[in-house]
Amino acid sequence: MQTLYTDDQNQFRSVVSRFLEAHATTSQARELQETASGFDQAVWHQMSGELGLVGTHLPEAYGGFGFGMIELGIVLEEMGRRLYCGPFFSSAVLSGLAVAELADEANKIELLPKIASGEERVALVLDDLNQVEGIGHQLMISDQGLLSGTAPMVIDGLSAQRLLVIAGSATGLGLYQVDKGAQGLSITPRVSVDQTRKLAEVVFVDTATQFVGRVSPEALNRFWDLASVALSHEMIGGAERLLEDTIAYTKLRVQFGRPIGSVQAIKHRCADLLLTLEFAKAATQHVSFSLAAGEEEKHHPSMVKAMVSDCYRDIAIAAIQLRGGIGFTWENDTHLWFRRAKCSEVLLGTAGYHRERMIQSLGGQDAA
Amino acid sequence: MTTSIEAFRSETRDWLRTNCPPGAIGPGEIHSGSTKMSFQADTVAWLEIMADRGWTVPMWPKAYGGADLSLDQAKVLYEEMAAIGARLPLINMGTRMLGPTLLEYGTEAQKLRHLPVIARGGAAWCQGYSEPGAGSDLAGLSTKAVLQGDQFVIHGQKIWTSGAQNADWMFCLVRTDSDAPKHQGISFVLLPMDQPGVTIKPIKLLSGSSPFCETFLDGAIAEKSDLVGKLNEGWAVGKRLLQHERSGQGGLGPGPVRSRPVGVTVDLELSEVLARYVADPQTKSSQREAVLRWNMRNRAFQLTQARMGQEVRDGKTPGAATSMFKLYGASLAQDKQSLTAELMGCAGIGWEGEGFSEEEIGATRSWLASRAVTIYGGTNEVQANIIAKRVLGLPD
Ligand SMILES: Cc1cc2nc3c(=O)[nH]c(=O)nc-3n(C[C@H](O)[C@H](O)[C@H](O)COP(=O)(O)OP(=O)(O)OC[C@H]3O[C@@H](n4cnc5c(N)ncnc54)[C@H](O)[C@@H]3O)c2cc1C
Repeated sequence: MQTLYTDDQNQFRSVVSRFLEAHATTSQARELQETASGFDQAVWHQMSGELGLVGTHLPEAYGGFGFGMIELGIVLEEMGRRLYCGPFFSSAVLSGLAVAELADEANKIELLPKIASGEERVALVLDDLNQVEGIGHQLMISDQGLLSGTAPMVIDGLSAQRLLVIAGSATGLGLYQVDKGAQGLSITPRVSVDQTRKLAEVVFVDTATQFVGRVSPEALNRFWDLASVALSHEMIGGAERLLEDTIAYTKLRVQFGRPIGSVQAIKHRCADLLLTLEFAKAATQHVSFSLAAGEEEKHHPSMVKAMVSDCYRDIAIAAIQLRGGIGFTWENDTHLWFRRAKCSEVLLGTAGYHRERMIQSLGGQDAA
Repeated sequence: MTTSIEAFRSETRDWLRTNCPPGAIGPGEIHSGSTKMSFQADTVAWLEIMADRGWTVPMWPKAYGGADLSLDQAKVLYEEMAAIGARLPLINMGTRMLGPTLLEYGTEAQKLRHLPVIARGGAAWCQGYSEPGAGSDLAGLSTKAVLQGDQFVIHGQKIWTSGAQNADWMFCLVRTDSDAPKHQGISFVLLPMDQPGVTIKPIKLLSGSSPFCETFLDGAIAEKSDLVGKLNEGWAVGKRLLQHERSGQGGLGPGPVRSRPVGVTVDLELSEVLARYVADPQTKSSQREAVLRWNMRNRAFQLTQARMGQEVRDGKTPGAATSMFKLYGASLAQDKQSLTAELMGCAGIGWEGEGFSEEEIGATRSWLASRAVTIYGGTNEVQANIIAKRVLGLPD
């Protein structure tokens, strides 16, 4: 198992970084968050076509790059740094992973190349984004094979060209696909704190579906693990950027005739945050290295999501506090990351949830 | 003593029950005294009858619009208001911050000119302290005032002025001697907002709630008679006012605290949202523990407040110790919001529109707004510095 990034991986990071530096600026994020779709078509085409980033982690046999979680993590960290706005997380990560992990062979052949090439933006409809145990209780397939139920929050549900759904049925959980034009389907935008990641409510009433694959509890948990690790990478990127910017600010802002960063209280706070970040980053990257080597431990993904949720939130809180009044304004960019940190903290489970899940995968039981 | 306070209680109770209009009960609008805002009829009526009794500022002397109540009587009044869910009739920087400062530092003429207007809710005040270059280092302020005849002519810029857009008056710290050491060249003046030399520009807040402003002073005029305290000795006045501000924020002194809705007694430990999540079998034991820990801290905080309150029964602001309460109270308030938001999970990220309940959106917005409590009125870091220096006597 590797313990450091290889030269190739570092080079890959700089390619991704250069691209995003030019195409995912904060002012773009501010513009895109005001739009309904929340993303820029041209950038998406370039990203998927020329760079092939969308298929980074998907198998070569299905049109992907054939890389694994390490490279996906690199892409996501760079995206998180810049608050990239677009369907990468919903389509490439959530839908891509769902198909790769849960679809049967024929459907992988049909769907993965479309996802990997970015030709189709696919949203994954889950009825619970808080906890994996909640999935498939609201969305149900009837004996007639029709889908009904509500998913209150679907990432990029509105802008996606196709929907994948995990739903329950008399015979267990399954993965299904639904056309955007299907009967009985309605999609309504939902406005969350973080407008850089678009959410929608998706409602089905006796909607026709196409079966994509059977979902075992183990496979569903593995999917949730992988998605949580992927999100953690994105969060690490955001946290790192925010801390860098905050430290830079403390070097510039002068009060009492000296930079505030020269005051011991501020130095200590920044030093503590750096440690929190470095630990969370090391843990996240370690999990990806071990996933790539097939040597992962069951409780690691939850450990990482728990650490990273706390870390990003704490850094975001300090980022505002250490800026004083400026940090509390709309004009200042800090709150964009602050909001992203908050939503990412709860998406796919809060730190508290993941600590419990970690204990359970270590064999413990919730005493409550 | 006991009998007279009990008599006062029953009189007060009867009066409140008869006179408090239905529109002043429960959560809702509170009068700010601003002449630039309009208020609901019951809000105005409530202000007027309470002001007639001097109960907008019950402990102030009658001559200045108060009712001369003792601390014990004022407590009774607030308890009886809470019992029927009556809101405060008036809340603004005049009643909470400038008023108490003027009572201590103002001349008789200043008290008579300004306090009765404040007590009646006839003017809203804003705080012209912070400047772009002077936040934590407030004494580093550079807005200049020059005395010309009977007037100060003021040039400079203030920032983060909460409520400037609706304020009628500003209390303002200005530099009147640029050569003196920084704390010794500052004066405290009062000036009307509606004059050609004052321009405001709203700044949008991250919480999406009511803005604060940049306030530009270009030849703004303050009457010499509105200099509070002596020339170049305004720092002491300004600091005193901050202690009143912080004691309000830290929950010291009598009366309902701004952050605590009237009607919620101090013993009700859990907000409705928190209580519901604690009762939910889905809630993990670790989360229950977090709620419990918060409640223990909160209870201990209240008990300490109560003890401190007893120790300063003469009604004086307890000086630098206010920083302790501001610091801890701000953190407690924030922690509660964070905890609530975390327990709500995905339901706690609603910003606006359909799909989230009003309560959920309210909780999210309060959580965002709570980020400010450790910044305004002096940041938590600054409070810690004050505690270290003034309470503990640690060297600079
Ligand atoms: C919602 C809101 C409303 C406000 N309303 C008003 C108002 O009505 N009127 C008004 O005058 N002001 C108002 N303020 C301004 C507020 O008082 C200032 O923001 C605050 O004093 C901090 O100053 P600053 O913003 O310049 O931050 P800075 O002073 O630049 O501080 C930045 C960071 O450095 C830290 N720091 C600075 N010096 C030290 C030190 N020596 N030791 C340790 N840490 C230090 C601070 O704690 C902070 O974390 C308001 C602010 C907010 C957020």
